[in-house]
Amino acid sequence: MNINNKLKVTGKLVFRMLVVSILLISVGCSVDENQTVINFKNLVKADEFSVDGAPDNSMWGYDIGTGDDTPSGSGWGNNELQYYTDRLDNVKVEDGMLHIIARKEGYMGAGYTSGRIITRGKFEKAYGRFEAKIQLPWGQGLWPAFWMLGANCDESPWPACGEIDIMENRGQEPTLINGSVHGPGYSAGEAITKSYEIMGDRFDTGFHVFGIEWGPKYINYYVDDVLYNQITPDKINGEWVFDHPFYIILNVAVGGNYVGAPNAETIFPQTMLVDYVRIYE
Amino acid sequence: MKNLKFIYLKITLLSGLILWTFMGCERDLSEDAKPASFSNNPEVYIDGFSSGLDYFPFANSFFEAFTVDEEVSYSGSSAMRFDVPNVGDSRGPYAGAIFRTETGRDLSGYDALTFWAKATYPGTIDQIGFGQDFEENKHIVTMRNLRLTTNWVKYTIPLPDAAKLTNERGMFWYAEGPENGNGYTFWIDELKFEKLGTIGQYRPAILNGVDRTLTGFVNSEITIDGLIQTVNLASGVNKTVEIAPAYFEFSSSNATVATVNSNGLVSVHAEGTAEITATFNGVPVPGSLSLEAIPFSSAPEPSYPSNEVISIYSDSYNSVNVDYFNGYWQPYQTTESTEIVVNNNAMINYSNLNFVGIQFTNPTVNADSMRYMHIDIYTTSPIRPESVMYIDLIDFNDPNSRAGAVFNSTILVSQQWMGLEIDLQTLGLANRDKLAQIVLNSAATLDNIYVDNIFFHN
Repeated sequence: MNINNKLKVTGKLVFRMLVVSILLISVGCSVDENQTVINFKNLVKADEFSVDGAPDNSMWGYDIGTGDDTPSGSGWGNNELQYYTDRLDNVKVEDGMLHIIARKEGYMGAGYTSGRIITRGKFEKAYGRFEAKIQLPWGQGLWPAFWMLGANCDESPWPACGEIDIMENRGQEPTLINGSVHGPGYSAGEAITKSYEIMGDRFDTGFHVFGIEWGPKYINYYVDDVLYNQITPDKINGEWVFDHPFYIILNVAVGGNYVGAPNAETIFPQTMLVDYVRIYE
Repeated sequence: MKNLKFIYLKITLLSGLILWTFMGCERDLSEDAKPASFSNNPEVYIDGFSSGLDYFPFANSFFEAFTVDEEVSYSGSSAMRFDVPNVGDSRGPYAGAIFRTETGRDLSGYDALTFWAKATYPGTIDQIGFGQDFEENKHIVTMRNLRLTTNWVKYTIPLPDAAKLTNERGMFWYAEGPENGNGYTFWIDELKFEKLGTIGQYRPAILNGVDRTLTGFVNSEITIDGLIQTVNLASGVNKTVEIAPAYFEFSSSNATVATVNSNGLVSVHAEGTAEITATFNGVPVPGSLSLEAIPFSSAPEPSYPSNEVISIYSDSYNSVNVDYFNGYWQPYQTTESTEIVVNNNAMINYSNLNFVGIQFTNPTVNADSMRYMHIDIYTTSPIRPESVMYIDLIDFNDPNSRAGAVFNSTILVSQQWMGLEIDLQTLGLANRDKLAQIVLNSAATLDNIYVDNIFFHN
């Protein structure tokens, strides 16, 4: 906001501004002065989830099953408990929202079903601002995520192809989310990660914007209007593998190493609501 | 760095402007624009009693349980100290009090009552909450079984529906008895209402969220209980509190059969079925009562001449002095009781029955000349193979003797008066000249019974 043209400065006000500015400079020093901030304002792709039914198949495909027929292996490499389906019971667009619904039901040998949609082969991009407005599910054992994988994972198996977790959450931690990168030498338990705690609010009772601003040699993480982390090559113990196209993933996992299993107090079904996904450059 | 300073300057100017504008606006506000309201002071006890706060111990408790401790505190110069007495302490059997303000406070801007607590022993506070004011207790909230630790921990009691709490006097209350017979001390500090914003997933329910079916008599009353609210805290932990009826709106599907008032009291008017449900802020809540109302028939009038009877309870005879019809024997008894009058005929209703004791020791009863004990029982509970009613008699000679009769599912019937006879000669009692207690025990297989005409006869 440009406020210069609104100021009609009086002598009294100038004095007050001086006092306030002294105060603010001392508070303001906690901001990292070396932070690279670039704005991506040109919208290049978006899904506003405005057409009821299955999500737009020109942008989204599905991961289906338990992962046992994928390189990840059964449980998608994390001992997750759900079977992903492409049924409307698990993934649908309704009332202007994408719904990814985790259910407790026996299905194809699994105890839970859920959804995981991906833009692989449909929308893959390097750099830009990737953001989504999401209301999270809640409860022990729920693991919702908005994340990206390198589009070259077939040729350079994970973690060499890179993984950017824009937002992942443990359902038993309703005020915390985590933003991470995984790559060669810094994957799984050694991923470069930072958590963000929202003050005086929760992520499962309203919508919040989760995003990254990603350019050559940096990835900035933000929640709503709060920039809470910047990852640069000097912060990782390995090769920087984030200069090639990635695809987007939205999913709700149930159980797994990251969150632990649901317990008797976990209420099903649980829904992750996504108002939009927008990509700028 | 130059660039950075420039940004700070812009922010500074903006903040200065906001402050200026804000101060400027305040002058324009008319006094009339402010609605009359109660203080929204959130503090209950920080380093002393907050404004207008008073201490009122429960009438039968240890009055001096509460003190201000200036040696121990979580923060600041003092904390609230509570000394729970040992079993047998002559000063009182338990600690319990309310902390009430002189005038009401507006709590509608908060979502939790919070405090720090620690104890000399990791006891479990029986009941703790707010909204008890020794008046209507209209918005009482009770957390049961709050487990303490020996180090300072912060606790949160969620407000069910703060919008209703615009004039509250009951800031805090608690009740706690000895742990395994032993007293102990706990401290509470920084007791205040807060707007945390991190409480979510509010789940109110009636009847603990269970859909219950019940058979009830025409012209009887039934209380809807199990009024609870469960929330999810920032820690991910679910917390349940018991909340007052005033947080709910109750309704009946069939007002001809039954109506329900704002306290959740159901009045049964006519034969038929009705479903009692509730809403919370207009949203239906889990839990319902499907009521089948049946006509009531009194127990048959006893035909024995009064001079051949020693009556414990009956409208047909003069009865002996009875100490109580429900001893509330702790810790295992769940039975609640009430005397109801239907068609001018009094009877005792035992609900949530597992066992219950009736005692008559002033004086005891000499039944040497009597051969039988009679009792009329009516149950609305269905009879299942495991259904059973044990009826024991206890004689207070030294030593005591106790013997009983068993009525199993081949004898018991539902929704019909059963006239049960116990033969005192074959029962196995050593003596029956100082009879003092009758114990009814269904082992929780019959949870709702009506009892009438308890007497000894030949």
